[in-house]
Amino acid sequence: MQTKKIIYRTILYILVAIILVWCIFPFYWAIVSSLKPDKDLFEIHPTLFPKRITFENYIKVFTERPFHINIWNSIVVAGITTITSLIIGSLAAYAIARLRFKGKVIVMSLILAVSMFPQVSILGSLFVLLRSMKLINTYPGLILPYVSITLPLTTWILQNFFRELPKEVEESAAIDGCSKFRTLWNIVLPMAAPGLVATGLLTFISAWNEFLFALTFMQRPEKYTVPVAIALFKGASQYEIPWGQIMAAAVIVTAPLVILVLIFQKRIIAGLSAGSVKG
Amino acid sequence: MQKNEPKVAFWMLLPAILLISVIAFFPLFKTFYDSFFSFSLNPRFPREFVGFGNYIKLFNDSRFWASLKTTLIFTVVSVALETVLGLMIALVVHQEFKFRGAVRAAMLIPWAIPTAISSQMWRWMFNDQFGIMSRLYEYLHIIEPGTPILGRPGLALWAIIQVDVWKTTPFMALLILAGLQLIPEQLYEAAKIDGANMIQRFFKITLPQLIPTIAIALIFRTLDALRVFDVVYVMTRGSVGTETLSVYNRVLLMDRAFTSASFGYGSALSVIIFVLISIFAIVYIKSLKLKFD
Repeated sequence: MQTKKIIYRTILYILVAIILVWCIFPFYWAIVSSLKPDKDLFEIHPTLFPKRITFENYIKVFTERPFHINIWNSIVVAGITTITSLIIGSLAAYAIARLRFKGKVIVMSLILAVSMFPQVSILGSLFVLLRSMKLINTYPGLILPYVSITLPLTTWILQNFFRELPKEVEESAAIDGCSKFRTLWNIVLPMAAPGLVATGLLTFISAWNEFLFALTFMQRPEKYTVPVAIALFKGASQYEIPWGQIMAAAVIVTAPLVILVLIFQKRIIAGLSAGSVKG
Repeated sequence: MQKNEPKVAFWMLLPAILLISVIAFFPLFKTFYDSFFSFSLNPRFPREFVGFGNYIKLFNDSRFWASLKTTLIFTVVSVALETVLGLMIALVVHQEFKFRGAVRAAMLIPWAIPTAISSQMWRWMFNDQFGIMSRLYEYLHIIEPGTPILGRPGLALWAIIQVDVWKTTPFMALLILAGLQLIPEQLYEAAKIDGANMIQRFFKITLPQLIPTIAIALIFRTLDALRVFDVVYVMTRGSVGTETLSVYNRVLLMDRAFTSASFGYGSALSVIIFVLISIFAIVYIKSLKLKFD
């Protein structure tokens, strides 16, 4: 029995180690590559640890190209998207979770249907629409589409959170003559704060990561968001790809994201399983 | 107070409905409408009604069929791998071991990194001269030394599938893990008393109990895989037989927007993609069994 247990533990830990390496290695490799001087980076047999460390790539990302502007673009777009999506989403979610009205299933189905839309099938018409509104290459031109594609998930997760809150407080507020809007703002939202944080984080991540719309609606390099900027990084010549700088830029923007995810992992998993597993 | 509720609900839902109508539903209908015309964003090309012309042209377009085939191969292979591997990983991290919470958190990393950025990380690892994955595959004799993985038809699609599997499998595992944790412990205890071994317990209890979770995760993933764009665009730009429907669609709509009259043609492809995905989406909504009150 004892040996059997030891074998079981050994296999288990080997499997866990494999899973861990598999998940982390590309990120680790980006860090290592970003710290190597070009001479070590373009080496036929790369070393797993950097022999020499240089921060050259991290400096060049900001001096040779406007990467700080790209970061700012992403922060503005993802930030405003998150706040707007939370406001509009919590209003809709509260109506769906707590109020009685006809056609609730239809409304929720319509909102959820948007999350199924293949983005590419509205890409052309949305481009034409935004162009006619003179919103190409502007922040609102990206924020508006982002709010509408994140809204379904925001609404769905929030209405799940709202349903789990105790009803009694809201009922006594109603007896005291508190309007539904005030109830939502003063009572429900503070109680649902953990849910709002998790939902906001998910919204922020999906806006921060979005690629297709950003690639299409922001056509000037100084308007690129982070993923587009990194995907389109160009070197001095056509044939030269600045891999060291690409890796440095990738590390700069993913490190905070990774830290956020590690801190909020429990809430994210709860939010995600509320969004996709619970029926 | 009761009578008031529908009115309040209307005002609360209005911003959401208004926004998705303008930004999502209107462009969708416009795409349907435009797919019956031949036109360009460049006014030099006249706008002409062509009926089903664009669709007929599409069904005779070998590039369309090739991208459909690539999309389907990508979807079937990646979703199948992600489900099987995801289930296995979920079973492993469901066991008890040290730092279990930290390991589960680390599994969110591939999911959290923007696909466009992780695709660049992988593109570097697949670099034919200096890439560490190229070295590994040469060492394992999977490829000949000096093979440009992302430049070879066949190989390139596998590399793209690998990146997608890397990104999505841990996430799939976490969803399945959430399902695993809902299975009541008594079921296993009862089975143990009845003398069922580990394999029997897996097939008689774990798997049947997980079916709803896996089914929903599967449809969720299929919807995503059918519209895949980022990873393909960044890794190969759709070259060497890796062009998917979305990538081809963007070429038609944007790359040629001002140089040819292909906007209506691109819209027709958008409609086809929409219909294809709607079929899966309807299955998804049905499986959710939306219930309120």
